[in-house]
Amino acid sequence: MARLANPTQFLKLSAALLPWCAAAAALGLGLGLYLALFVAPPDYQQGEAVRIMYVHVPSAWMASLVYAVMAAGSAVGLIWRHPLAHIAAEAAAPLGAGFTLICLVSGSLWGEPMWGTWWVWDARLTSVLVLFFLYLGFIALEHAFDDKSRGTRAAAILALVGVVNLPIIKFSVDWWNTLHQPASVFRLGGPTIAASMLWPLMVMAAGFLFFFAALLLIRMRSALMEARLRALAFGNPG
Amino acid sequence: MSQFVALVGRDLRLAFRQGGDWLNVAAFFALAVILFPLGVGPEPELLARISAGVLWVAALLAALLSLERLFQPDWEDGSLEALALMPLPLELQVLAKCLAHWLSTGLILTLAAPVLALVLHFDFAGMGALVLAMLLGTPVLSLIGSVGAALTLGARRGGVLLSLLVLPLYIPVLIFGVAASEAASLGFNPQPALLLLAAGLAAALALAPWAAAAALRLAME
Amino acid sequence: MFRGLTFSLDRGGCLLLTGPNGSGKTSLLRLLAGLSPPQTGQILRQGSPIALDPAAHRSGLHFIGHQDALKPALTARENLDFWTAMQGGARAKAESALKAFRLSERADWPCRYLSAGEKRRLAMARLVATQAPLWLLDEPSTGLDRAALEDLLAAIDAHRKRGGCVVAATHARLSLPKAASLSLAAFAPRRAA
Repeated sequence: MARLANPTQFLKLSAALLPWCAAAAALGLGLGLYLALFVAPPDYQQGEAVRIMYVHVPSAWMASLVYAVMAAGSAVGLIWRHPLAHIAAEAAAPLGAGFTLICLVSGSLWGEPMWGTWWVWDARLTSVLVLFFLYLGFIALEHAFDDKSRGTRAAAILALVGVVNLPIIKFSVDWWNTLHQPASVFRLGGPTIAASMLWPLMVMAAGFLFFFAALLLIRMRSALMEARLRALAFGNPG
Repeated sequence: MSQFVALVGRDLRLAFRQGGDWLNVAAFFALAVILFPLGVGPEPELLARISAGVLWVAALLAALLSLERLFQPDWEDGSLEALALMPLPLELQVLAKCLAHWLSTGLILTLAAPVLALVLHFDFAGMGALVLAMLLGTPVLSLIGSVGAALTLGARRGGVLLSLLVLPLYIPVLIFGVAASEAASLGFNPQPALLLLAAGLAAALALAPWAAAAALRLAME
Repeated sequence: MFRGLTFSLDRGGCLLLTGPNGSGKTSLLRLLAGLSPPQTGQILRQGSPIALDPAAHRSGLHFIGHQDALKPALTARENLDFWTAMQGGARAKAESALKAFRLSERADWPCRYLSAGEKRRLAMARLVATQAPLWLLDEPSTGLDRAALEDLLAAIDAHRKRGGCVVAATHARLSLPKAASLSLAAFAPRRAA
């Protein structure tokens, strides 16, 4: 970990990793989409509409996962001042917001045929909407100050405050009577979803994960190179 | 302890002496509530149905607007830096300021709510739950708001940013506050919602001062 | 900001920080107050690092910065009483502080009616009212006329005779007996070419 702290080392390591992540992402998403659209069976109740699940569910998982990554990066950055931690958190934020938006939109598109409504104010949907605003707040706060370091750390504090939302999102479908269906994959008794649907879902999820990893590496690399350019152009302050 | 009381006392004195900040809060609350019958029409059944929601949303917005005076004036005249150098831990100072803020904002809203509920044909059966919910919920608004206010001290367009940060975090208070207030008229027991509000208050009391103090230290670096 | 800086201060001592703008006088004062942590090195008070017990360190110092930290809606006396209460002092000290800066007549005026000079004197009066052993002053002579400056110097004298210390960042020449002087320009880190 200490070796990774050196930006140059990170740039070298990420340059090596990036093509693999990108390839895995392309493979996962490509194979996943093929499986989802052509191989997986239609749902006995919902018919073909269930195929939206293969985009909606992985994006929902990513929305929460990326927030956890962002919060972890913020914590490490605030407590141990690891130089890459804040960069990772800031790189992850727009990606997380994107996944959350995909989750909300795909969910809405799915809700119409399935529930008969584009939106409903139940616990799961509301808490994911709050998650979306937390991402936006993080990004806004990050850029709200002339002193970049202040903005970065203020956003980090906000990320940690918002962590309370993650268990709410996860357990909302258990704690309240919601229209959104309860967990069928990540639950104590094991997944209840059919295997023929579970596997395409997992492939898609892996594709999403590698996609996020690739984009995160790209964004972190650009952030580091931007910082170098700024240092060259304006000199180090103080 | 006497230092804590001194800080609460000073903030209260300022809130009630300069410009009647508390009056602004009450006036905004009343005006916001009054807009609804004017906007949606005066039918009693309709108003009664939305009354709990309207009261809570208006209270939320009134609390939000009052957050700027929590830290901003102290930050601008150097008092915040001087306070940070006082022996009383900054976390306790945040708690003291939140208490004073609540006494001059949230408590006012709680007292005004039953009166405004009349205007909205609120079902009297839920009045007790409404007041109790506001007593539990408005301090949470002050506490969560203090974190937002501390984070946005000195930010560009701080007011708008504050709303963006704080309103999503206010949503659970809104949901449970309205649930408790409406319970009686809908035939439910308000107790679960009230207990959740109480739990939220406990959590906010424990966590918000730390986050706000960290944000204040960041602002003063 | 600065490199290789070491100094020590004894009871009754007074240290004047000099140097051009940007040399870090205010930053050093803030480091001494514990507002920001040093990147390297330590600040010791009576032998032990201030980082170990920040609250105790803070109760033993008072910092007067560029701003007055006075509330316009409160009277002079109320402002002073507040700071005395926060630092853990007695109300009687506030009265003698007002007298030391010739503000007794204005004591019950809301601060919005005080002139800029009177407000600055009131800010200085916080030092006498709170009676902390260590005084940290940032450009104390700004905003004070000659009479007020003499009041301040007299207060500093009395404070030092009681065993208190003073560290002051200043542009102006302050006539303080047996005051050490430290020019921060000498400790600026060399910039890479």
